[in-house]
Amino acid sequence: MTSVIQNAIDAMTLGSLYALIALGIALIFGIMQLINFAHAELIMIGAYALVLLTDPPLLVQIGGAILIVVVFALAMERVAFRPVRGASPATLLVTSFALSYMLQNLAILILGAVPKSAQLTPALAETFTIGDVSISRLDVLVVVLTIVLLVGLAGFLARTPMGVQMRAAAENFDMARLLGVRADRVIAAAFAISGVLAAIAALFLVAQRGSVGPAIGLTPVLFAFIATVVGGMGSLPGAVLGGFLLGTLSVVLQAVLPLEIRPYRDAFLFGAVMILLVLRPQGLIVPKTAQTRV
Amino acid sequence: MLKVEGLRVRYGRIVAVHEVSFEVNRGEIVGLIGPNGAGKTSTLSAVAGLVKPDRGSVELGGEPITGESPERIARRGLALVPEGRQIFQTLTVADNLRLGGTTRGDRRAFAEDLEVELERFPALRRYYDGPAGKLSGGEQQQLAIARALLGRPRVLLLDEPSLGLAPLVVDTVFQVITDLRDDGVTIVLVEQNAARTMEIADRCYVLRTGRVAVSGAGAELAANADVASAYLGVA
Repeated sequence: MTSVIQNAIDAMTLGSLYALIALGIALIFGIMQLINFAHAELIMIGAYALVLLTDPPLLVQIGGAILIVVVFALAMERVAFRPVRGASPATLLVTSFALSYMLQNLAILILGAVPKSAQLTPALAETFTIGDVSISRLDVLVVVLTIVLLVGLAGFLARTPMGVQMRAAAENFDMARLLGVRADRVIAAAFAISGVLAAIAALFLVAQRGSVGPAIGLTPVLFAFIATVVGGMGSLPGAVLGGFLLGTLSVVLQAVLPLEIRPYRDAFLFGAVMILLVLRPQGLIVPKTAQTRV
Repeated sequence: MLKVEGLRVRYGRIVAVHEVSFEVNRGEIVGLIGPNGAGKTSTLSAVAGLVKPDRGSVELGGEPITGESPERIARRGLALVPEGRQIFQTLTVADNLRLGGTTRGDRRAFAEDLEVELERFPALRRYYDGPAGKLSGGEQQQLAIARALLGRPRVLLLDEPSLGLAPLVVDTVFQVITDLRDDGVTIVLVEQNAARTMEIADRCYVLRTGRVAVSGAGAELAANADVASAYLGVA
């Protein structure tokens, strides 16, 4: 029983990480059909920002990192993606790969390829026990912060004028513009939100791993991208669902696979993903607009 | 109010509009009619900024708007209700209508205008908080028109508002268009339904293969044999 609860907690925290990253990717894709693989570098920038800002109190440190990542996200949109806006999805994808590699190598050049060890604050690593289950403060922070962000984003999209404009633009960009919705602003807002999500994902990663390297965002972003595909490309609830599903499946496989084949866990994980996509190629949740276009 | 001169629209190597000029005065209904592929929709798209014209100029209220972005043109007071209505199906009727006021800052006046539209189109009040995708075709057309009007446009462009609607609903749509003219709204109406359009329009331009073939007062044109041949595409 104890190990089941422990695994459930692990599944929640890993799922939270994937869900936040997947949401950042899905938000941009929904509005401009761009799969932004440079999201990994936003996470990397956030991680380095957290490490370099170690002196101030934790909240200032996190706030500073969020600010820095948002600035980079906006710059990314302005410099790299605005000139190719409206181009074919293939062009956008190649642009995002090019940007990702460039930033990746720039980081290696400036900061070195070797990961730096990084401890955020010892307080986060402290654990407390309920019954036989030990829970770290970090786990609690991850889950609570993720729920706050998801609820906050849902509220923003449902209630605020900018949120409604973003949903309208995601469904039919031209029509939104015909009503006076400013394309530049909506896209910038999407990148800013995506930046906030990347910075929080960076916080989780740095705290869990205790080190920062240029490649810190690569694998999580790849997993999160797969989560968006599993959830249904273009659906925000789908991205979140896919993230939690992938996180849960990882932890379950880790727990139930025999020791000798455990190193091949991801092969089983992606095998399951492939079976799911054969059975349901459109993903778990299909955006309503993709179902019927009259 | 709206002046289009020598407009040419190209998609790659295909020229959709060769040379179209027309003029709309304040408070008029001007019809653009003609067969499929005559360039009616492309003309409206270029006027509203969805495609950049290859040549020619567009003026709104005496100011040039040629080649500007759709959101800037909308903010200058031109609204397009595109073919197929293009309502936001996943959003509620209420959100669709609120988006119609994107260009406005006057909350109280907007609320009054919203009330006027809900009086005009009672179906929209009935389904106010429901998803817009659940509305029938005719109701979606009403929503699209109400949404455009809530931006208080100086000129309203309607692209095939009667397409795909049941005959009774078509009557309602044409009634709404004449009502709007009586309220002082300036309208450009693109239609396949040439007879109905000539009936209500002050003036009509008949387009054929990307050019204006004939133009004149609606009633005059209706009596003109050339129009029938232009409309049918018989030389």
